[in-house]
Amino acid sequence: MSRIVFLEERCKGCRLCMEACPAQIIRPAGRFNRQGYEVMETEGRCTGCASCALMCPDTAIRVFRDKSGGKTA
Amino acid sequence: MQDATSDERLRPGAGEELVFDATPTLAHKPTHYCPGCHHGIAHRLVSEVLDELGLAERAILVASVGCSAFSYDYFNVDAVESPHGRACAVATGIRRARPESIVFTYQGDGDMAAIGLAESVHAANRGENITAVFINNTVYGMTGGQMAPTTLLGQKTTTTPLGRHLLGEGGPIHMSEIMGGLAGVAYAERCALDSVKHIRQAKKALRTAFSCQMQGLGFSFVELLAGCPTNWHLDPLKANRRISEEMIPVFPLGVFRDVREERKQSEVQA
Ligand SMILES: Cc1ncc(C[n+]2csc(CCOP(=O)(O)OP(=O)(O)O)c2C)c(N)n1
Ligand code: SF4
Ligand code: SF4
Ligand code: SF4
Ligand SMILES: [Mg+2]
Repeated sequence: MSRIVFLEERCKGCRLCMEACPAQIIRPAGRFNRQGYEVMETEGRCTGCASCALMCPDTAIRVFRDKSGGKTA
Repeated sequence: MQDATSDERLRPGAGEELVFDATPTLAHKPTHYCPGCHHGIAHRLVSEVLDELGLAERAILVASVGCSAFSYDYFNVDAVESPHGRACAVATGIRRARPESIVFTYQGDGDMAAIGLAESVHAANRGENITAVFINNTVYGMTGGQMAPTTLLGQKTTTTPLGRHLLGEGGPIHMSEIMGGLAGVAYAERCALDSVKHIRQAKKALRTAFSCQMQGLGFSFVELLAGCPTNWHLDPLKANRRISEEMIPVFPLGVFRDVREERKQSEVQA
């Protein structure tokens, strides 16, 4: 499965990634970073489409695409 | 700040490929922009294009006044600060004195379309071989949300508390259409930063603009409709909706001038 990584200290909690995700797997994590912003987490199957990262104004997301056709894990 | 190199999660696992990473020309330092502000998206797109075209080494940014006044801190390129609308005039001098460089301005709507309208329009009309990135967020963001020349009719700002009125305060200035009507302009396009689809198109427009400069075709201009959630008093998601529902109907997206084919043909004839 593909996956994304949030660089939580860069996140400003704007939630634009949440709306940009076609798979709708991003949600607020209920945790806050040192700046006091609520960070995000994923729950569900990521396709590695990178929409969330393209939308993030703070370059807080990295995307890893699974090239094995989703057969591993 | 998280140290990316020591973060286990940032190592690709078996069968994995890193398909989105930060581009080298975008400085790693966190920005001072508000949550959901689109300046960050615009910075990233410009940086990606400079890196993809291999221009970062010879790129010179001419920064402006407004929330992006500190943009020189966020691009890993040489920069000159030229506040109060004079960026296109300063860029003219730099590009003429150092013709091997790639020179671009990054200006808000207060800076470019009000304070420095004359400098901008005349540099464009002279066909200066520079690229202007114009951030239209319909307000003076940095100073607290005063009316900009791009403010929509009826829009409430601190200086138009009853809403902008055509007779008295004028109508929203259409910079891409103005630039598109000038003979010195090689390329003018208006894009928006409110959706993934529009962001992809904006990057394409920036790539075209910089490649016009590389080919010496004249002035290139990209207007980006951008969100200012803070001064619009909207959350970032609603601010994005305002762009699609209220701004794009007034500021249509599209290409307003493109002389690439024409200039290629005149070369053939000459
Ligand atoms: C000649 C002059 N007029 C006004 C100002 C005050 N000033 C600083 S930033 C700014 C507005 C910039 O707004 P804009 O260019 O739209 O940028 P934004 O913050 O919206 O990105 C103004 C009016 C100034 N510094 N100098
Ligand atoms: S990469 Fe695509 S599917 Fe995965 S979280 Fe981001 S937007 Fe959603
Ligand atoms: S778009 Fe970026 S800054 Fe905004 S909530 Fe998502 S990760 Fe955080
Ligand atoms: S005031 Fe507006 S333009 Fe300035 S950083 Fe905040 S959201 Fe961005
Ligand atoms: Mg502005």
